[in-house]
Amino acid sequence: MLSLIDRRMGIFLAGLFILTVAIPIGNLAMEGQPVPSYAVSLLGKYLCYALLAVALDLVWGYCGILSLGHGAFFALGGYAMGMHLMREIGDRGVYANPDLPDFMVFLNYQELPWFWWGFDQFWFACLMVLAVPGTLAFIFGWFAFRSRVTGVYLSIITQALTYALMLAFFRNEMGFGGNNGLTDFKDVLGFSLQTDATRAGLFILSAIALATGLLIAKAITASKLGKILIAIRDAESRTRFIGYRVEGYKLFVFTVSAMMAGVAGALYTPQVGIINPGEFSPANSIEIVIWVALGGRGTLVGAAIGAILVALAKTLLTGWIPEIWLFALGALFVFVTIFMPKGVLGVIENIAPKRPKPAEAPA
Amino acid sequence: MISQLYLNGVTRSFDGFKAINGLSLTVDKGELRAIIGPNGAGKTTMMDIITGKTRPDEGEVFWNEQIDLTKTDEAGSARLGIGRKFQKPTVFETLTVEDNIALALKDERSVFATLFHRQTEPDGAKITELLDLVKLNGDRSRLAADLSHGQKQWLEIGMLLAQDPELLLVDEPAAGMTDAETMRTAELLKGIAGQHTVIVVEHDMEFVRALGCKVTVLHQGAVLAEGSIDHVSANPDVIEVYLGR
Repeated sequence: MLSLIDRRMGIFLAGLFILTVAIPIGNLAMEGQPVPSYAVSLLGKYLCYALLAVALDLVWGYCGILSLGHGAFFALGGYAMGMHLMREIGDRGVYANPDLPDFMVFLNYQELPWFWWGFDQFWFACLMVLAVPGTLAFIFGWFAFRSRVTGVYLSIITQALTYALMLAFFRNEMGFGGNNGLTDFKDVLGFSLQTDATRAGLFILSAIALATGLLIAKAITASKLGKILIAIRDAESRTRFIGYRVEGYKLFVFTVSAMMAGVAGALYTPQVGIINPGEFSPANSIEIVIWVALGGRGTLVGAAIGAILVALAKTLLTGWIPEIWLFALGALFVFVTIFMPKGVLGVIENIAPKRPKPAEAPA
Repeated sequence: MISQLYLNGVTRSFDGFKAINGLSLTVDKGELRAIIGPNGAGKTTMMDIITGKTRPDEGEVFWNEQIDLTKTDEAGSARLGIGRKFQKPTVFETLTVEDNIALALKDERSVFATLFHRQTEPDGAKITELLDLVKLNGDRSRLAADLSHGQKQWLEIGMLLAQDPELLLVDEPAAGMTDAETMRTAELLKGIAGQHTVIVVEHDMEFVRALGCKVTVLHQGAVLAEGSIDHVSANPDVIEVYLGR
């Protein structure tokens, strides 16, 4: 376990730990509340994005699968948790219907659709947070990788996947709240979502999830399997000709990554207070790619840093001059691609003093 | 003598063009065989069929006289014991030389076995032995991308040997090598034959002569001539095909 924490990972996890301790203390226990409550949820949201970026980096950075549909797995995880939060509202909704969420009453549903069964149980929702994105990724990957769809074609069909899901979730008949999505959550496991303590708790959980996700991703990439993933990225046919069934490896890492994205979505929903079909929009999935490219592809930690930096820039810029945000994002992407091919992490590690290299072996 | 590889009446066409046309070929266990032929003679397609990358339209392909190779894929043929070296050296550029060999080593190839894999002592010794053989031990912790063209060829040969295949299919191993490297490669392949079956596909007649083995000449997807290098190069059909162009 300790062997997984290299210098890069160690510094990042230490920073994350300090943040995880300092932010809740600053919000809950200090005179004058130096950390405002909204900032806690905002930072928690960034950490969810960071986990999502790590998930994408695992498939793109290491295995060369450029998924432009990872937002879909994130949104499905978010919906699974959102459905539980809707059920927890119970009869405290506007229509005070103990059996049906508000939007179903509004749309004249007579009874709860079958795919909502079980979501009143927290454990069931947690299982679905992993199972729904994981199953979708498995089925999708099974067909795509077996048919040897690679490169830009794979990117396009992942984009189509998330777009199709967005259109489906926009429909009221789907039974997921249509356009408005799921919102007006009251509490989770009995803790009110409006209190600072719950928000701090969710923030801490997000930090733990990010750290766990990073360590799992690191464990995978450091194993022999991780080297095979890189081998597939570098020379797929060579990997086949030395006897590895490439599709199995791709399927494994794609499914793990989708489940990780699902967890990120599940933590995102209660902190933001809403999940709607906009999360499936293709632009969201493309933004994830920008986070990873900006932070440093194939570094895991870099992906997390990239997500946090871009999300922070987005918050500041959209508050300041909202019209230019998309231009700024585009310019940033072009700048990084041309001048920082190894991302922010690559630049930092070039500036930072290096440890002396181990002596070269005699040639 | 059991044949290692047996092709009978194999045909494969692409968009009406018969890349392979009724090809029949038998290679014995432990044999070193050179296959030559002009461009478009079907050499690459033949190797694709043997390794399961391409399926023939008709004909039989048998491994060790029992296993039907037309029903396998690339990974399957590799697991049976067929190692293939590409014409353009293909190695894992962003992995170290040592890792390149380690991944090729004969071992469990399933997803979960590799996830929990630990390298053993004998594995390490085997890697060092192979690196010594292809003269890359001093470069073991360098990235494969930093090797010269010739070194990459050797690394790929090392990876092939790490698989410990029964049959090595080698596509133009001498391409881009200096004369000295070419001769060393010929010596290496001659040394491997016997314990392994080796099929070398080559353009370079000097190299084929240095191998000193039975030669099969392909032309338009079928065998044109077979025999020693002196025998085939005296064949009027072969002269026609090679010089008539």
